[in-house]
Amino acid sequence: MEMIDKLKILADSAKYDAACTSSGVDRKGGHTAGIGNAAACGICHSFAADGRCISLLKILMTNYCLFDCKYCINRRSNDVPRARFTPEEIAELTYNFYRRNYIEGLFLSSGIIQSPDYTCEQMIEAVSLLRTKYGFSGYIHAKAIPGADKELINRLGMLCDRISVNIELPSQTSLEALCPDKSRSSIFLPMGQITNRIKENSYEIVKYKSAPKFAPAGQSTQMIIGATPDTDFQILRLSQAMYRKYSLKRVFYSAYVPVGDQKLLPSADTKPPLLREHRLYQADWLLRFYGFEAEEILDEKHCDFDPLLDPKCNWALHHPEYFPVEINRTPYEMLLRVPGIGVKSAQKIIAARRYTKLDYSDLKRMGVVLKRAVYFILCKGKRADGLIITEEGMMRQLISASIVKELEENSCGEQLSLFDTPQPTPEDRLKCLTGQM
Amino acid sequence: MLDRTNVIYCYDGTFNGLMCCVFEAYEAKELPAEIKAGEPDQMTFLDVKSIPTIPEKFNRVLASIPRKMGPDALFFLQTAFLSCDTQKELRILEFMETGYDYGTRVMNMPNEPVFCALNKMVLHCEKEAHHLKGFLRFSDNGGALAAVIEPKNCVLPLIAEHFTDRYRNENFLIYDKTHRMALVYSNYVPQLMTDVDFELPETTDQEEYYRALWKEFYNSIGIKERFNPRCRMNLMPKRYWSNMPEMSEELYKPQNAPRPSGLSSFSNSRKKLH
Repeated sequence: MEMIDKLKILADSAKYDAACTSSGVDRKGGHTAGIGNAAACGICHSFAADGRCISLLKILMTNYCLFDCKYCINRRSNDVPRARFTPEEIAELTYNFYRRNYIEGLFLSSGIIQSPDYTCEQMIEAVSLLRTKYGFSGYIHAKAIPGADKELINRLGMLCDRISVNIELPSQTSLEALCPDKSRSSIFLPMGQITNRIKENSYEIVKYKSAPKFAPAGQSTQMIIGATPDTDFQILRLSQAMYRKYSLKRVFYSAYVPVGDQKLLPSADTKPPLLREHRLYQADWLLRFYGFEAEEILDEKHCDFDPLLDPKCNWALHHPEYFPVEINRTPYEMLLRVPGIGVKSAQKIIAARRYTKLDYSDLKRMGVVLKRAVYFILCKGKRADGLIITEEGMMRQLISASIVKELEENSCGEQLSLFDTPQPTPEDRLKCLTGQM
Repeated sequence: MLDRTNVIYCYDGTFNGLMCCVFEAYEAKELPAEIKAGEPDQMTFLDVKSIPTIPEKFNRVLASIPRKMGPDALFFLQTAFLSCDTQKELRILEFMETGYDYGTRVMNMPNEPVFCALNKMVLHCEKEAHHLKGFLRFSDNGGALAAVIEPKNCVLPLIAEHFTDRYRNENFLIYDKTHRMALVYSNYVPQLMTDVDFELPETTDQEEYYRALWKEFYNSIGIKERFNPRCRMNLMPKRYWSNMPEMSEELYKPQNAPRPSGLSSFSNSRKKLH
């Protein structure tokens, strides 16, 4: 098979992996032999037609697979063209793309061939060829193969910047139903091992400056959204638990794109739940950078996100007792909770108010977006000039008009067919909301 | 305080030259109406002063910047100087005037108009430099690697360190077509050259091969159910496309095709933080 055909097949099968970040590690090339460095902020080299960043050469080593996970395009029972790269082909392709500045590094995943151990060994060979023969010091992200030997995962981690194990689905019941070959423990076991190894390694580095680094950009994971009936609250709580227990760097959410008709999955003409994915990412940010807890964002009574309001806005509207806050006095943690004020704006406000009292015009000049924030803040004890607070006017500012439009358009079409139990769709909830307003 | 006047300063277009203008402004206690690079234009009713670039003068100004405005100020001003803003010289002078007044605080006043004006220029330069670290494409046509870019701002000094570190054992050339400048890195020595003309040589078969592979990868990696050209254009503006092999064909396709339903424009906040 020609190289170009293999690449087509193996990139196509890798495209559903969400992570394409090259961030988290700063490494200068210095005077070493070879090629490459890494920037902590990450660099996007291109953007695909779906608007997602292309930073790494994201490929599978092979899409042959022993497993038969229902949601996966590469499942054993699916009839798709199959291909396999040799370790040398992977290393050579990565090197030549990198040299032309097409990519920031390699993202290597694989279907399971022969056994998890064998698959992992082949991946190690590809990565170590790249590191040694080509002297590559760019970014490498590898998927740990569930079920592979601990020692093999350790070796893989020593060669990579980031390592990840996909949790795949948000709950044990979903996993049992859709992945007959994977179990909860086969996913959490390697995840725990990697976390421990990263911790151990951080002690080694303190002791010996030149100790080799194990996955310096940390560990991440991914789960599929919308293939199973799990609620947003379950998902968010799971993410929070993983951030705490396994010190993950990122949890990625991937809106489910139908891969053929199966009775356990949403029908093939279901659209990927992109708004839900977007809301999850927003909430994920709130967990990691804004000091929120999952239980504040959603609770048992409100298990799903409001499609119209972003999670922070939603929280603020339900907690009027905290607002309005005085921009010139309120602590940083509270500034972060004001809708429309992000980490950067909050830091700017803190820096600027050290030497002067801020007014609305100052905020505007600094680039703080006031559209939503204006309902929740005071400057020098005053509301913004001419601000009239009515529920209707406020909602119009807080809700993005384009979301309303699209939700209305979508609701004309057929309803989603999600399992047997009928669930309130975002469209139903939109009708409730607009009815009230 | 400097008094606003109708004088026009002309300088040689270098940062050091601009520092001599600052020196002159303080010596004459005047704020010029305009500072222009190049020879004085005869067709004006205003007074024109031609400011020579003299080492004693600009060295005094350069030494005063970190002392008066803090350690980050010089780099901040130098970056602002790379901007494509036509008023950058005057904005820099105004900022320095405030800086001499306020001291190191000037770097921490995000609500001060002079700071905002300069900060906007600096952010524009830095953003473009960051874009180009990703969107720049080298070709290997036998021998050295070569790339052509067409930035708005003069970003070569900002990206030089990144590329010389990344491709430390290669020889390469980055040509800035807009400003006719080139960064040449050969035998481990980087060099910035001005007034250069350069054309990419004809592509070799091997280069074509890797370009074809890259295009194939690019086309396979997008998910067609999530097709969202608007989002792509936001994150990767069209002006970069002509120098990117995977995009040169896309350039002639209509990009404002109707948006797919499914709220795709919201799905891509840049997920870049760790």
